[in-house]
Amino acid sequence: MHRDTLKALSAQLAARKVSSVELTTHFLDRIERAQPVLNAFITVDREKSLAQARAADERIAKGDIAPLTGIPVAHKDLFCAKGWRTTSGSKILSNFVSPYDAHVIEQFDRAGAVILGKANMDEFAMGSSCENSAYGCVRNPWDTQAVPGGSSGGSAAAVAARIAPAATATDTGGSIRQPASFTGVSGLRPTYGRVSRFGMVAFASSLDQAGCIAKGAEDLAMLLGVMASYDPRDSTCLDHPKDDYVGGLARGVKGLRIGLPKEYFTKDVSRDVTDPILAAVEHYKKLGATVVDVSLPNQGLSVPVYYVLAPAEASSNLSRFDGVRYGHRAEKYTDLMDLYKKSRAEGFGPEVKRRIMIGTYVLSHGYYDAYYLQAQKIRRLIARDFTEAFQKCDVIMGPAAPTVAYDIGAKVTDPVQMYLDDLYTIPINLAGLPGMSIPCGFGNKGRPVGLQIVGNYFDEARMLAVAHAFQQATDWHAKEPPSFSGEGR
Amino acid sequence: MLSLQDVQRIAHLARLELSAAEAEAMQAQMNSILAMVDQMSAVDTKGVEPMSHPQEVTQPLRDDGVTEPDRRDDFLALAPQAEDGLYLVPKVIE
Repeated sequence: MHRDTLKALSAQLAARKVSSVELTTHFLDRIERAQPVLNAFITVDREKSLAQARAADERIAKGDIAPLTGIPVAHKDLFCAKGWRTTSGSKILSNFVSPYDAHVIEQFDRAGAVILGKANMDEFAMGSSCENSAYGCVRNPWDTQAVPGGSSGGSAAAVAARIAPAATATDTGGSIRQPASFTGVSGLRPTYGRVSRFGMVAFASSLDQAGCIAKGAEDLAMLLGVMASYDPRDSTCLDHPKDDYVGGLARGVKGLRIGLPKEYFTKDVSRDVTDPILAAVEHYKKLGATVVDVSLPNQGLSVPVYYVLAPAEASSNLSRFDGVRYGHRAEKYTDLMDLYKKSRAEGFGPEVKRRIMIGTYVLSHGYYDAYYLQAQKIRRLIARDFTEAFQKCDVIMGPAAPTVAYDIGAKVTDPVQMYLDDLYTIPINLAGLPGMSIPCGFGNKGRPVGLQIVGNYFDEARMLAVAHAFQQATDWHAKEPPSFSGEGR
Repeated sequence: MLSLQDVQRIAHLARLELSAAEAEAMQAQMNSILAMVDQMSAVDTKGVEPMSHPQEVTQPLRDDGVTEPDRRDDFLALAPQAEDGLYLVPKVIE
C-alpha cells in the first residue's frame, strides 16, 4: 500500500478494499520501524490518528467520500493541530499543545484526511539540513550518512522512505524544494498567498508559504486542491480562483517554452547534478517542448538579500516567545528581564539565536535603511528579472541545490557556506513565485538529484502538468530507497 | 565589524542571555554573515520602490465585529504560570 499513489489509495478506500484504520495502521507500523534510524517524526500519536481514521471509515460507510478521505498525511511540525503537540522543532515549544487548528489542518480535516504525525524539521524552519532540530537530526533514507535537506527534511524523508503517503511542508527559502531534491521525492511550493499561513508557526512572513511533498505530481495536485483556499485570517492570503489541478494534469508539454537561466548552469553547480537535469530537459524536448535561454542577472544578490529580510522578520516574529504566555520558561530568574533572557537563551538553538541577532541588528536604529530597506529594493530587482524571463518562457528549469545531499556534519561549522547553497531556491521566494522539485536521476554516491521547475504567479496547474508529463514518460519518481521497515523493497 | 560590546548590546535588544563564550562565537559568526551581506551596498537602487509583498495588493478590510470566541481559559492553560485569569510574572513595579 505504501507504494500506491493517493489516487490509488483513494480508490481502494472507496471500493472498501481497505479501511482507513488498516491504511493508517500500516503507515504507523512503518513509521515505528523506521523511526530509530530516520527520526523523521517529532510526534506520533497512534490513538489520535486511529480515532480520526475510524471517523473517516464512518464517513466512507455513509458514501460521503472526498478525494483524500481516510488517507493519512504527515504534517510538518509547524502546523498547529488542535490537541497535538506543535514544537516547530524547538525546545521553546516542547510543551506546547495547540488549542486550535491551522487553516491547512482544517482543510485536510474537512476532506476527511487523517493526521499521521508531526514531521521533524529544522528549528523554526531555519536550516537546510535538518541538523538544527531540537529533536535530533533526520537521516536521508537513501544514505543514512547524508542529510535529508531542510527545513522540511522530516516530511521529505518520510515520503521518500514510504512511511507516509504524503506530507505537508513549508518553503521560506527552499525548504520544500531542496529536501525534495535531496531525497528523490516531488515537492511543490505554491505562489506566495496561495495557501493560508494561519496557524503556521511564523518564520519570515513575507516569504513563508505552505506546500506539499509526495511521490509524484498527481499526488501533489490532489494535495494542493485541498490546501489552496482563501482564508481572510491570513491578510496576505490571496482570493485568487483555484484551478482544477488534477483535471489539468494531462495537458502535456507540446509547445511548452522552457527557460534555462545561464545563472543556474555555472561551474558552481556540481556536474553530477547538472547532467541529470540537462538530460531531463532533453527528455522534455522529445515530448514537444522548446528551450530558450534566459537570464536572471540579479540572482547572485539573493543570498545577501534573503539573509537580511528573513532574519529581520524572524527576529520580530520570534519576539512572541517570552516565557510568559506559552512555551518554555526558565526555572531560575531574578526579574522580568532576566526571565525573558534566560527563557529565550535556554529555549532557542544556535542557528535561531544567530538569526534573531542578525535580524535585531539590521532593524536597529541607524541600520534599517542600509540593510532592510536596501534589501527590499534589491528584492524588487530580483523579482523583475523573473517577470522579464517569463516574457520569453512558460517555465524555468534548473537545479534546486548545487550538489546532492552532503554528509551529516559536513557544513555545520560554517553557517555562511550553508547559506550560499540556497542560491538556487531563494530567488523564487523573494519573487513570491511557485516552484517545484521532481526527481530526475542520481548523482555522486547514488544520492538523488531534483529538477527544479519554476512557474509564473498562480501557474501551479501548468507546473504540475509539466511535472506529470515527465513522470508519465520516466520512472525516477517511483525509485525507492532501501527499506527501513523490516520488509523487502 | 561588530565588537563584543555591540554583540552584547544587540543580545540585550533581542532579550537573549549570552555567556562570554557564546558572545565571542556569535561575534565571529555575525561578522562573517554581515561581510557576505555587505555585497548589497554596492548595488545602485536609486528610484527602486522597496518590495514588501510580491503581489500588487492592498490590505483587505472587514467590518469591525467580534469574530473570535472567548477562549481565555484554553489559552491561559498554556501559560507557565497563571492565576485568577491572569498571567503571572515577577514583580515589575516596586
